[in-house]
Amino acid sequence: MTEPLLKVENLRIELKTRNGVAPVIDDLSFDLMPGENISFVGESGCGKSMTALAIMGLLPEGIGRIASGRIVFDGEDLTQASESRLRDIRGNEIGMIFQEPMTSLNPVFTVGEQIAEVLRTHQGLSQQAAWNQAVELLDAVRIPNPKSRASAYPFQMSGGQRQRVMIAMALACKPKILIADEPTTALDVTVQAQIFDLLRDLRKETGTSIIMITHDMGAVAEMAERMIVMYAGRKAEIGPVEQIIDHARHPYTRGLISCVPHILSTITEERHDLTEVPGIVPSLRDFGQNRCLFASRCSHRTQECLDQRPPAKTFANGQVADCWHAEAM
Amino acid sequence: MSDLLNVENLCVRFEVKRGGMFGKKSYLHAVDDISFAVKKGETLAIVGESGSGKTTAALAVARLVNAWRGKVELDGRDILPLDGAELRRARRRVQFIFQDPYSSLNPRQRAEAIVKEPLDSLSDKPEAEKAEIVARLFKAVGLRPEQQRLFPHQFSGGQRQRIGIARALATQPELIICDEPVSALDVAVQAQILNLLRRLQKEFGLTYLFISHDLGVVQHMSDSIAVMYMGKVVEHADRISLFSNPLHPYTAALLSAVPSVDKARREATKRILIPGDPPDPMNPPKGCRFATRCPLAEARCRETPPALREVASGHRVACHLVPDPA
Amino acid sequence: MSDAPALPEETVEKARPPIAEAWEMFRKNHAAVAALVVLILIVLAAIFGPALYGTDPFDMVWAPFSPPGADGFLLGTDYLGRDLTALILSGARVSLVIGLAAALVSVFIGVTVGALAGFYRGVVEEVLMRITEFFQVLPTLLFSMVIVALFGASLPMITFAIGVVSWTAVARITRGEFLRIRELEYVTASRASGASNLKLMFKVILPNALTPIIVQSALMVGGAILFEAGLSFLGLTDPNVVSWGQIIGSNRTYILESPFTVTIPGLAIFITVLAISLVGDGLNDALNPKLRQR
Repeated sequence: MTEPLLKVENLRIELKTRNGVAPVIDDLSFDLMPGENISFVGESGCGKSMTALAIMGLLPEGIGRIASGRIVFDGEDLTQASESRLRDIRGNEIGMIFQEPMTSLNPVFTVGEQIAEVLRTHQGLSQQAAWNQAVELLDAVRIPNPKSRASAYPFQMSGGQRQRVMIAMALACKPKILIADEPTTALDVTVQAQIFDLLRDLRKETGTSIIMITHDMGAVAEMAERMIVMYAGRKAEIGPVEQIIDHARHPYTRGLISCVPHILSTITEERHDLTEVPGIVPSLRDFGQNRCLFASRCSHRTQECLDQRPPAKTFANGQVADCWHAEAM
Repeated sequence: MSDLLNVENLCVRFEVKRGGMFGKKSYLHAVDDISFAVKKGETLAIVGESGSGKTTAALAVARLVNAWRGKVELDGRDILPLDGAELRRARRRVQFIFQDPYSSLNPRQRAEAIVKEPLDSLSDKPEAEKAEIVARLFKAVGLRPEQQRLFPHQFSGGQRQRIGIARALATQPELIICDEPVSALDVAVQAQILNLLRRLQKEFGLTYLFISHDLGVVQHMSDSIAVMYMGKVVEHADRISLFSNPLHPYTAALLSAVPSVDKARREATKRILIPGDPPDPMNPPKGCRFATRCPLAEARCRETPPALREVASGHRVACHLVPDPA
Repeated sequence: MSDAPALPEETVEKARPPIAEAWEMFRKNHAAVAALVVLILIVLAAIFGPALYGTDPFDMVWAPFSPPGADGFLLGTDYLGRDLTALILSGARVSLVIGLAAALVSVFIGVTVGALAGFYRGVVEEVLMRITEFFQVLPTLLFSMVIVALFGASLPMITFAIGVVSWTAVARITRGEFLRIRELEYVTASRASGASNLKLMFKVILPNALTPIIVQSALMVGGAILFEAGLSFLGLTDPNVVSWGQIIGSNRTYILESPFTVTIPGLAIFITVLAISLVGDGLNDALNPKLRQR
């Protein structure tokens, strides 16, 4: 068996808030294998993006910090790495793309200059060589007429094209991991299909591992091998995508799958009400309590859910669910 | 059942000025000659991607942007020429639910005042009766009575959308236009709002014009669907025919692009990728507007725009390549 | 599920009026709180000072140029032997009233012009903004001097002259806010509810545009006091009332022999204007909802 590329162990991230310190990530562990696509799923405010920022070493300074745990990338603990080492890793070995491709590009430089800039800083390429490679990258992310489009400014491109530019930038240095934070949320569904297609092909060609953050179970089913369902800063369930969609062991996962009206292979006249997950994600000040944080929204709740934090229960097929009633689900 | 809403040849255009005060005027045709009808008590969904003109069409039906041409008939009477007291009477019957529950509530008003506003402007009921109606509406949309005194920022997104729904119900309208009512909400909260909308529809016999880009939601909420692309309706059919037998190449591509958790569907659908982006709306293609991206386009598609015609009972499509019924 | 155990009581948010939240934010700005205290003291002194102090500011009570503290006069006497303390207390009234009234005049003009321009757009906006620009490029001091010279140096005319030259900033801010807010969905929602244009402008949009307008007008009070001082210094003032600027103006010839006659009213202006702008700064913190989220 190969070594995991990234190993996150008992990660705890604390965020300073008005009401004291809140654990936005509370005891999270997972592995990422080379070439694997793993997806984080959950509602907003569950700590998905925070995990990504922690891996990138980009936690909001002075507000968030890694309180305990390790992030081991290629044998090196990133929580102990210096700022300059992290800068070196960022963009070079771990790339990231964001939800809003308009605000993540600098509006006063052409896209070619921005990609070339990445190559110059990280790989020390000359002006001309960097530009040529930028054009090649634009071609690789399937932007038509890459030679002339490299001189375009971000505002001259459509949302889908800007996201392709972001991908080109993130992949410029052939990173081992690509973190995609809601990469298609701001895009139309046909453009989303193009971007997914592109990401799948790039992964096949380069063998890059992908960490995708999303709220869309359909996207997870299409793109990922394994998924991690996050709730209120904690892992609710982790395991192979097929197995979890087939038979989720955590009531929150079930809720997330069944509350969305999916387009099924057969459409019937009759429609049932959607399964509701009542209420909303608890506020930060309730994070970190020694009980099941989902209990307030859960129809399977018993006294022990309120008394103690549920243990992780492992199943034979590789699923792990943090729920007192996982076996009964 | 009869049609409550009948839209005919609706056009909306916006003036676009280039080059300052004395620049040349040109027009963006956001909605270009569309027609559709909604039966009483049913839901018509308009789907499309950004820039398709679906929201502009909805705003025009609600008289919130000015239509350039066409008719919007409510129970057979065109509401576009109305003004003054007659327009107010029409507004009572047609209400709107907005997309963004964060910007659609006035931050300086209490929840009760927000819900009461349509009553203040459109009815002449006494204050006591208005207060009673507001209290009833709060209950109907699942909010607690003591929340009436709160300000919008003290509510979650889902609760804010409930306030928006209560406001739309205040004047007992017959037609409610829902413009992407759940797209700004978290998935679990979306289900709560969608269930509420369906329950209210049954309870009050409402007719919905439902605008959305989310085909899963549309499939769940609608009785019939109009698909828009660049200001035109390209396909219009009842829910089952459209989803099981999409005829327009754009509809087919749109449906195939939706990621699904259903393994059977994933394996059964062949993904149709449509390349590139929509062309410049200021300068639309001469023929079929989808021709520049259509995998099946022929010479005639680039020359003549196809008309929307009925190819099966209740199934209309605007495409040269779909054969006429035998 | 009926057999599920009860949950701990949910915390229900209390309906707190926004003014309470604004005060909480204001309190965090210590400089602004201190300035507010100073400002309240100045206002109290202006209201009750002259009556409590008793001395008529126009009475020549002692030899001219008596230094502060000497001969029983706290702030000394001016070039005519008038009690400087009494002059400062009476002058505070005039300076503050002119400051407030001039700010009100310019807010009234500015908000009306800005609201109409931002709401109606098109030709209305073009015309109103050209007028605004015209007033912006006028040399303000000269223009107000012309008004006062033409129509007489009475207090209302001075107030009007200051107001007329300083409304352009308010108009621009109001127009900007209106342009932004009129596109928000809640304005459309009000239109769907049948609200008239007048109601949209003044009941829906204006309350939401008020924050920067309030902050700007607070700063303008200070600006107007300075402006009045400038006019009085040049002699364009009502000789029958005392204002701080007028005290400086009438004593300016003796600035080298008895600097205190100019410095003391100067300090009064300085402290007041500084306090007003610090309070304005605090208002900005208090009313800005983006800062409140933190």
